[in-house]
Amino acid sequence: MTSAIPGVQALTSIFRTAGGVFLLLLETVRAAFGRWPRRRVMVDQFYLIGYRSTPVVLTTGLFTGMVLAVQSFNQFRRVNITSMVGAVVGVSMVKELGPVLSGLMLAGRVGAAITAEIGTMSVTEQVDALRALATNPVRWLVLPRVLAAVLMTPILTLMADLVGIVGGSFILVGFLKVEWHFHYTNLLDWLKVWDVSVGCAKSSCFGLLIALISSYKGLNTEPGAAGVGKAATEAVVTSCIMILISDFFLTVAFAAIKPDWAN
Amino acid sequence: MLEIRNLHKSLGGKHVLRGVNLVVEKGEALVVIGGSGCGKSVMLKHILGLMKPDQGSIHIDGRDIAKLTERELYGVRQQFGMLFQAAALFDSMTVADNVSFALDEHSKFSTAEKKEIVAKKLGIVGLPGVEKMFPADLSGGMKKRVALARAIAADPDFLLYDEPTTGLDPIMSDVINELIVKLKKTLKVTSIVVTHDMASARKIADRIAMLHEGTIRIHATPDEVYASDDPIVKRFINGQASEEQMKEVWGYTATQAGEGAKG
Ligand SMILES: Nc1ncnc2c1ncn2[C@@H]1O[C@H](COP(=O)(O)OP(=O)(O)O)[C@@H](O)[C@H]1O
Ligand SMILES: [Mg+2]
Repeated sequence: MTSAIPGVQALTSIFRTAGGVFLLLLETVRAAFGRWPRRRVMVDQFYLIGYRSTPVVLTTGLFTGMVLAVQSFNQFRRVNITSMVGAVVGVSMVKELGPVLSGLMLAGRVGAAITAEIGTMSVTEQVDALRALATNPVRWLVLPRVLAAVLMTPILTLMADLVGIVGGSFILVGFLKVEWHFHYTNLLDWLKVWDVSVGCAKSSCFGLLIALISSYKGLNTEPGAAGVGKAATEAVVTSCIMILISDFFLTVAFAAIKPDWAN
Repeated sequence: MLEIRNLHKSLGGKHVLRGVNLVVEKGEALVVIGGSGCGKSVMLKHILGLMKPDQGSIHIDGRDIAKLTERELYGVRQQFGMLFQAAALFDSMTVADNVSFALDEHSKFSTAEKKEIVAKKLGIVGLPGVEKMFPADLSGGMKKRVALARAIAADPDFLLYDEPTTGLDPIMSDVINELIVKLKKTLKVTSIVVTHDMASARKIADRIAMLHEGTIRIHATPDEVYASDDPIVKRFINGQASEEQMKEVWGYTATQAGEGAKG
């Protein structure tokens, strides 16, 4: 029996989840080419996943940008190039911190909510009721959440980037007396359309991972209220880890395909 | 015609169904009785293809639905209405949206027509005017009746009722019993009714089947079932505890407990 060895058990569980999430992706894509659920069901998810996440993501972006400004300023002051700090803040936000931190915050907020909702529906037989009413739960439950997450995550990330840069600039120019003109030209000089696009593409992938993993965990919740809590925790942890792992590979992949005009 | 052949199913390490054989003729009302946890709900779920058999087959009008894919099953399920044991109403939708779900998904009725059908079906189950309420605002019995309205909304050919009268007061129970009889008579619906309520079994049933330890213990007309001298069938019909159960409660055997239990 494999279950006697904890390492083997953990490994099979990871592969089972990965396989299940991949099959769910295929099923969702298939559903996307069919008839979509009525508009209300779609709009609700855009509202819940997108609009309702704004405060969390904006707060994350703002304070990340500001703390980054303070920390970098202290380093750069030693070599007397404080006018470059704004550019460092901008590039770091756009390329890494915006997408990854927004992704992690959304994994907590949106991921847990998706799993708890779908998980509750599973254990109260509402998912079976959907199937009994000849409706594919993937089409009805997963597709709207995946679409909303894939489209709203980059928008939220851009907002986080923006407030992070504004917050950082405010600290630098307002309190740390960096010259506005140099700060501004360096920032614009270093911020590249390509990097912003890559950041958006990465956050779309993070949104997809969050929605798929959380839906999968919800649909496979064990019976009982305890099962829902367990599934939600697993969804958040798995989503966060997958965001960090995939971030590395996406970064490498995008670096490899970077076109000449982007340099 | 609906036929279950040698159905086996294990769940959570327990061999729940151990070779169920059952035939339900078109237009017939079959009442399934049996102790709690003996697998009645599991059996109903197999009929809809919500669960897959470990072994055996389920034939609906000659087609083995255990062999169909989930996608093919959606077509089959449109002929079915199912009342789940715990109602399984969609929490996030109003009563009206719940009841008209199958119509919204699979029919071409106009909004006004659907509204009329919903009002009519809610009237039938004795709940006129609750359209705008949410499931959370309803009592257990009301939820059950809304779920019944949802099951009959699209006028299915087969109706599966999982304990339709459990949790209802005696008068409402009788209304639901009459409704089941009426649906059978007027719409020629083939019904399978799981119940503990021998009064409703008597009223509804063309035939009664008793599920006991994973197989069908008796399958006969109500008169034959009532006349049966099988001790297990007799005890269930009369609502009598077995010797062992008496001993567990009283600490001594049923004959000794006679006086204690009665007076
Ligand atoms: N999804 C499931 N996972 C594990 N065990 C289940 C599941 N559904 C039902 N069971 C078990 O199967 C048995 C029969 O359940 P059920 O059909 O609900 O009984 P009842 O006859 O009261 O409707 C019970 O022991 C129950 O614990
Ligand atoms: Mg049951």
